[in-house]
Amino acid sequence: MTNTQLPEKKLLTGIPASPGIIIGKAHLVDRSRVKILYQYLINEDQINREVERFKKALCITESQLLQIKNRMPERMKDHSFILDSHIMIIHDSMLKDATVEKIRKEKINSEWALKKSFEEIKLLFDEVDDYYIRSRLTDVENVTERILRNLSGNNDTSLSQINGRVIIVAHDLSPADTTELNITRVMGFITDAGGRTSHTAIMAQALEIPAVVGLEQATKQIREGDLLIVDGNSGQVIFSPDEDDIIAYQEKQLRHEQYKSFIARTSHLPAVTLDGQRVYVMANIEFLEEVAAAKDYGADGIGLYRTEFLYLRSKGIPSEDDLFEDYREVAEIIAPMPVTIRTFDLGGDKFMAGLKTAREMNPALGLRAIRFCLKETKIFKSQLRAILRASTLGNVRLMFPMISGVQEVLDAKAILHEVMAEMEKEGIPFDHQIKTGIMIEVPSAVAMAEALAEQVDFFSVGTNDLIQYSLAIDRANELVAGMYQPFHPAILRMIRQVVSAAKGAGIEVSLCGEMAGDPLCTAALLALGINQLSMNARVIPLIKKIARTISSEDARDDLEKVMTLKTATEVRKHLLRTMSELLPELGEEGILDLSGGAR
Amino acid sequence: MEVIKNLTVSNKLGIHARAAARIVELVKKHRSTLILAKDGKEADGSNILSILTLACPKGTEIKARAAGEDCEELIVKLFELFDSKFGEVS
Repeated sequence: MTNTQLPEKKLLTGIPASPGIIIGKAHLVDRSRVKILYQYLINEDQINREVERFKKALCITESQLLQIKNRMPERMKDHSFILDSHIMIIHDSMLKDATVEKIRKEKINSEWALKKSFEEIKLLFDEVDDYYIRSRLTDVENVTERILRNLSGNNDTSLSQINGRVIIVAHDLSPADTTELNITRVMGFITDAGGRTSHTAIMAQALEIPAVVGLEQATKQIREGDLLIVDGNSGQVIFSPDEDDIIAYQEKQLRHEQYKSFIARTSHLPAVTLDGQRVYVMANIEFLEEVAAAKDYGADGIGLYRTEFLYLRSKGIPSEDDLFEDYREVAEIIAPMPVTIRTFDLGGDKFMAGLKTAREMNPALGLRAIRFCLKETKIFKSQLRAILRASTLGNVRLMFPMISGVQEVLDAKAILHEVMAEMEKEGIPFDHQIKTGIMIEVPSAVAMAEALAEQVDFFSVGTNDLIQYSLAIDRANELVAGMYQPFHPAILRMIRQVVSAAKGAGIEVSLCGEMAGDPLCTAALLALGINQLSMNARVIPLIKKIARTISSEDARDDLEKVMTLKTATEVRKHLLRTMSELLPELGEEGILDLSGGAR
Repeated sequence: MEVIKNLTVSNKLGIHARAAARIVELVKKHRSTLILAKDGKEADGSNILSILTLACPKGTEIKARAAGEDCEELIVKLFELFDSKFGEVS
């Protein structure tokens, strides 16, 4: 059956660690775990020699790290502390003294003793609540691995020896390994292990080489010399690509470069339509760390701060002070521009550490978001207090998710007022006029929009859930995922209804789903009367650019035509044609792909 | 000789890798020993992992205890380090 076997094209998806696109040959680096031999030592003489051997390995490790540090290129000097801290770990008593003691007392060889010391340190780190500190265990692991390699005498696979332009494929790379990469030769790297906040990812960004981490299977599936396409924007790695892939990615590569220079030129200018209407283009963020990037991309504020992360990352429920510190940071960094903090949307499918929730058959329709908050008022109140405390330190707005009707707003507001009264009594300052709004993402809220508008200061349309609930489509179910249609005429009508209710009551309305960042939708959304859009920060420069080419009057005329169309396919086709006329240089693919897969 | 001082972690990132490394550097330059204590847990100031696993985010109150001939200078320098937010640029 099989005669000629062409290498089969394959796709791996990992975590994008450093942006950019590269096409090149794979070079596998064996940085897998060193195999450990376990040995008992028989006499005093052997023990003394073993301690000497261990100390010598430490010396070699230190001089290697020092050498790497000294050879670091100038622009990376900012990060040299990572290597300093690795050197300190070598001499740390928990590692060094504890290992020597084990060699002597337990009469075991260095590798075994070192491994045991590492396990003890690991236990200590595991107890730490703070995610970032806990993840620093990786640094200890990197150092331990290097010592183990030196103990085995196997230190000849130095990364600085690599010849030819290659893409490094490794199980894991330590920050030290990353620094050793000769970047005139190494185009980028991909690893099985690693996460977004690892020091290795930071190093790759500083070196400005594309990297994808957390691929799990890369070293198992990719062979030396395989042709690879690495997309550091989306986290995708294609190996043995066909000609079409290569052409497509070469174009993407070019567009990524163009996009980068375009961002640098235009992102900080405000977005104003041809007829002088200001469009506020804001960012959706999930972590405090994303605020700086949002500002770099020219965000006019944070339109949606999803607050789930702090609840998911720590072992227990975060304290009010922890939350306050986080919100304060965001508010201070983005001020005087606004940040809309959405109270947590947990329960349902999202597991909340430290709190037992019942297993649900249909989590999307389950006990989550505001429903959960109205039941677990203690957790809810603590978050409200934290948000209110931060409200005096910046331009903070408060938003409730998943509102399905007026009663929920009344209940949530009653709790908010309770909290305010408590704080008043305690003499804690907060913004008494804090703008309070709701997400419009449940179809019943659209139907009740007029009544809801009387209760709040603003609406934010969450199109992702609104589409899912309105069209009864579970996006995670691949049998129906294709029927998830943002351009469905029903959705446009619902948005129009929400805007009209908001305008009638004189309150603000914004839109924060994926539609906000979809270049095809910008004109239609503006015509529908939405002038605040919140999106993935990376598409902000593009959406601003599009907004600058739009005339409100033309957009309104065009919307009239759009509203006569009956199917999602027709709507999409129409919008695509309009956009291509508006920005011909982008072309059909360009509009969708210019942002480098940022959607 | 011994000096004790209460310090507050005021930098954004708390005592993470970089800050811990700077404390260890400082202690290594002195002849005195340094113990950092928080909620009854203690960390050896010359020991980076010990400091890290004490887990001190922003706002943590720490009791610093230096003992030895140059302990006063060590505490002054340590205070300056905390005060300068470990040289963190925000």
